Amino acid sequence: MVRHSVLKFLKIFSFTSILFINFSFVAAQKNDAPQLDMTVNKGVIKPISLAVPSFIKESGANSIISRELAKVISNNLDSTGLFKSIPQSAYVSMPLSFNTPVQFSDWSIINADVLVMGSVGLKPDGRLEVKFRLWDVSQQKEIGKGKQYFTNSESWRRISHKISDTIYTRVTGEGAYFDSRVVFVSETGPKDNRTKRLAIMDQDGANFRLLKHPPSLVIAPRFSPTTNKIIFTGYETGKPRVYLMDLSSEEITSLPELKGMSFAPRFSADGSQIVLSMTENGNTDIFISTLSTGVKRRLTTNNAIDTAPSFSPDGKSIVFESDRGGGQQLYIISTQGGDAKRISFGKGRYATPVWSPRGDLIAFTKIKEGKFHIGVMRIDGTKERLLTTSFLDEGPAWAPNGRVLMFFRETPGKAGAPSIYSIDISGRNLRKIKTSSFASDPNWSPILN
Amino acid sequence: MKNIGLAIFVILLLVGCENNKSFKNSLDNAQISESDIEYFQNLVGDTVLFTVDQSGLRPDAISILNAQVNWLKEKKFLPITIEGHADEQGTREYNLALGARRATAVREFLLAKGIERDRISIVTYGKERPLRVCSNEDCWSKNRRAVTVVGKKIVE
Repeated sequence: MVRHSVLKFLKIFSFTSILFINFSFVAAQKNDAPQLDMTVNKGVIKPISLAVPSFIKESGANSIISRELAKVISNNLDSTGLFKSIPQSAYVSMPLSFNTPVQFSDWSIINADVLVMGSVGLKPDGRLEVKFRLWDVSQQKEIGKGKQYFTNSESWRRISHKISDTIYTRVTGEGAYFDSRVVFVSETGPKDNRTKRLAIMDQDGANFRLLKHPPSLVIAPRFSPTTNKIIFTGYETGKPRVYLMDLSSEEITSLPELKGMSFAPRFSADGSQIVLSMTENGNTDIFISTLSTGVKRRLTTNNAIDTAPSFSPDGKSIVFESDRGGGQQLYIISTQGGDAKRISFGKGRYATPVWSPRGDLIAFTKIKEGKFHIGVMRIDGTKERLLTTSFLDEGPAWAPNGRVLMFFRETPGKAGAPSIYSIDISGRNLRKIKTSSFASDPNWSPILN
Repeated sequence: MKNIGLAIFVILLLVGCENNKSFKNSLDNAQISESDIEYFQNLVGDTVLFTVDQSGLRPDAISILNAQVNWLKEKKFLPITIEGHADEQGTREYNLALGARRATAVREFLLAKGIERDRISIVTYGKERPLRVCSNEDCWSKNRRAVTVVGKKIVE
């Protein structure tokens, strides 16, 4: 086995920054630096071989949760394409107690690189106690320190996501993203009479739930980065207009300053402002509105279509699309106004730019020669890479770690319908997210608290 | 399909008319009054079509809009809403903006011909409400449209 450092692996993807996440209900790990070597061969990644035995049952826990905790962790890590779980049927032994020494030979014989050991118990007050430790099998040493979680039993799935995030972060050095949700549009009915409903699910497709709202058309919900709210476009009045929804109460608020036709809203990274498009006399321009005051100001003023704006993480710039140069291209403008600078120059049309939460890349939809693509480019427009191609791929959304994108893909023809997909920004690991209806317009939440 | 069906219907009426009666009389016989909204929708024409990624009014659109103006001037009490639509070949937000351009182009034409401003609302649906569902130019050309809906006004 040729072993290269994780740093080499990171270099291949041109990543420099590493994001650390502190959990609110456990002591943060001080030392979450990548610890495991990975095998890299001509840019093809050999996944890390992972063993996740069912969690050891302690006082009062049921065997369903002990199995499911392990299953959700395996699914999460497998979904990255960087890990591959060894089926439990191949294990030569099962750990019997959380504290007995690990029999590393039992795990090296099945070629496990990493072993996840966990336990789950039920406390007298009804809370679950979940513990886990992460082992490097070949080095026979622990990776980071063990963690312990207490939660009500309905939240066991979130503990699986937290543990998945810790494993992923410790092994790859990338930021966390499993303990997050996706808001999207659930679609039912025939293509010429589609019903669209706002919906929310965990990032792995679990806990799908429709949100309450009037039956009129809805479009493109987006998470607030700081509060438990979404913003979306709805047709309740008969015209497209931007609304806020509180996700805890599902109460909807309209924003009086956005009367007329308003759409394509997104929050600033601090959650205090939204940027959106408004149409007046047939002309669509970009506006910024401050939520606390309801004061909006115009950012662009020309006769072109200026739409699909997205804030930079530092709140200083907006990337948007405009056909001011003839066709749709991407531009960046200061939030203080002034001249917009064009950043895309390739053949074809560029649309729906979204600034990465890391600030380094812009994801976009590209239409070229009748095909749609999801792509990424640096913020100066260089190093464009197209990651996907199909009849209709549209609307990229960043995972909170800036490493994975979701988008929707619509199939052609009478029976054509959209589904949500995810892809690594390396262009690897295209996956369809299972949803119980057609699904479009995904948007990824920040990591949950 | 609706338009084809109607064309056949009209042809049958014309063929069936004795003494070369006028088109209008045929319609009277079929009991579609010129003042009915169905007359506007189907015989004046409530829909104009656009070229790919364009919002300029084509000659075929202008002749339909002139007929709309004549009809609308007779029905001064009726509000109208102009819906702008796009085909599925563009992105969602852009198509909303494009639909707004198309609806506005129709509104500007009607205003220039003397239809009162306060009668007219406009709305864009982008690619959200396709009329035809195939994924080729046959359907796309019918979906790139602006529809004048009589009797509807959007109150915000």
